[in-house]
Amino acid sequence: MSDLEAVAAAAGPSGEAPVQPRHKSKTDKPRSLAGDAWIDLRKSKIFWTAAVLVLIIVLMALFPSLFGAGNPRECILARQHGAASGSAILGYDYQGCDVYAKTIYGARNSLQVGLLATLISGVIGLIFGLSAGYFGGWLDAILSRFIDVVLGIPFLLAAIVLAKRLSADPNSNGVLAVTITLGVLGWTTAARIMRSSVIASKNQDYVAAARMLGSGPARLMMRHILPNSTASFIVVLTILLGTNIASEATLSYLGIGLKGDAISWGISISEAGAFVRTAPGPLIWPSIFLAVTVLAFIMLGDAVRDAFDPKLR
Amino acid sequence: MFRYIVRRLLQMVLTFFGATFIVYALMFANQDDPLQALAGERPLTQNVRQALTERYHLNDPFLVQYWYYMKGLLTGDFGTSLTGRRIGDMMTQAWPVTIRLALIAIVIAATVAVVAGVISGIRRGSLFDNVTLVITLIILSLPIIVLAPLCQLIFGIKLGWFPPTAGAHPSFWALVLPALVLGSLVIATELRVTRASVAENLRSDYVRTARAKGLSRNRVIGVHVLRNSLIPVVTLIGVDIGGLMSGAIVTEGVFNIPGVGFNLFRGIRTEDGPLVVGFVSILVIVFLVVNLLVDLLYAALDPRIRYE
Repeated sequence: MSDLEAVAAAAGPSGEAPVQPRHKSKTDKPRSLAGDAWIDLRKSKIFWTAAVLVLIIVLMALFPSLFGAGNPRECILARQHGAASGSAILGYDYQGCDVYAKTIYGARNSLQVGLLATLISGVIGLIFGLSAGYFGGWLDAILSRFIDVVLGIPFLLAAIVLAKRLSADPNSNGVLAVTITLGVLGWTTAARIMRSSVIASKNQDYVAAARMLGSGPARLMMRHILPNSTASFIVVLTILLGTNIASEATLSYLGIGLKGDAISWGISISEAGAFVRTAPGPLIWPSIFLAVTVLAFIMLGDAVRDAFDPKLR
Repeated sequence: MFRYIVRRLLQMVLTFFGATFIVYALMFANQDDPLQALAGERPLTQNVRQALTERYHLNDPFLVQYWYYMKGLLTGDFGTSLTGRRIGDMMTQAWPVTIRLALIAIVIAATVAVVAGVISGIRRGSLFDNVTLVITLIILSLPIIVLAPLCQLIFGIKLGWFPPTAGAHPSFWALVLPALVLGSLVIATELRVTRASVAENLRSDYVRTARAKGLSRNRVIGVHVLRNSLIPVVTLIGVDIGGLMSGAIVTEGVFNIPGVGFNLFRGIRTEDGPLVVGFVSILVIVFLVVNLLVDLLYAALDPRIRYE
């Protein structure tokens, strides 16, 4: 209704051509897909659980001192595998470091690497998917084959080889190398999703109308095609964020991710693995934090996708 | 169909060379001085240096070196690792172990996933269904570096049901726990796909017809629904192979299984270029061939699928 009214008003008494039918009235607007999804989401227990967990993890990464953790770098060998006490509620690890403090401070690196890598993947996926889907033809053929090649290499193998090469400098703590590795390898799903939803929406009537009104490719993509593809794209990126955090921990565990004095759940798990028979605590706690973090992001993505997918209603 | 296979084979060739080239370049580019690394502490005379340079084609351009390597690889000559062992020998020892491990993992995962997936697909919204969905979500988000040490701790050490590590010649029983850990990587997706396709097929016309003909419930589900629901699950196995091989790197390390992942991981740590490139090349080939076979199997199982 509102669109028609806007067109009618524009073509009204002044006799001008219908220029831009995009100033819709905000009142009595029919509920959009996003509005529908939000109403669904508000009722979802999984969504709220995930949202609260994500909030806690973000707080942990930004302000670790809020959680009353001590100094994670203060390690005294005399306390090796010491029992829990008032200040270190989870006890001490092999090096005599406070397990609770190390676990809390580990959130920052995980989240930082995960977010930046997802951002890189998102940008690459957006550009590749959008141009492949919009322009089609030979560009699409080349980009799609390229995606096939990247998908043809098992992910962890490629990540290990690439991270190993990028982190050759012994002085770096590996954050940059891991971020680039995960970002460069993780964009394929995002690009595929983008491409298929662009192809689905580029032949719609409203896009044809906008093209007739003289919009160029950039404007068509940004204003008319992209908004309809964002929902599934964001869902993919949320889940990717979860898997990126898991991959960072895996690479760190294998000794080619974060290293040196960087604090990472993966490193903690790897170090504690050798003493699991005598002191399982330093292994268990970072494992739980890592698993819950990954779970939170995957649950969030899952819940949002269910809300946006009308087929599942 | 024939054209499809040819196109896929060409694509595989492209992927194979792309992947091996990237790995080769990353492992061998900007090496300091491979000859000195080979000699260790001892000084190299000029003559030896020259002879070795010629033997290993070190003065040739990078692409020519890659060509020589691929020529060896395709004729079955993988070269020697930095420790002096023949990589071909290492592979013949490592592959059977990993194949056994992967087979046990796939069988366990597929059995559990199909049984549980069919039950929760039939009883959608029931308690069983909801519990299964939550469990798959948790399994889906447990990284293998969390799952493997924890399972080793709980089932291997605390409860003592399984041997905590496998050792040089693992028995079937020693491989069950690692296979369970490895299979958990794929069990969640397989279960969800089974559930979704059972639920979809239950609503289809041919199931209604079968019911209307008066067939028993067991026959409708066991024959009509199950056979059609398993088709997408079969195709998933192809995708799973890649995940299993990646997961094997961590799992074989934790449980001390001398398979492909174990060797590969050690090779990466010690920067053993020939070993890594050799193993990765074979892994990529396996991955590509399995995926092609699965896609062809898909067409054979489902007559509605036709490749142009």
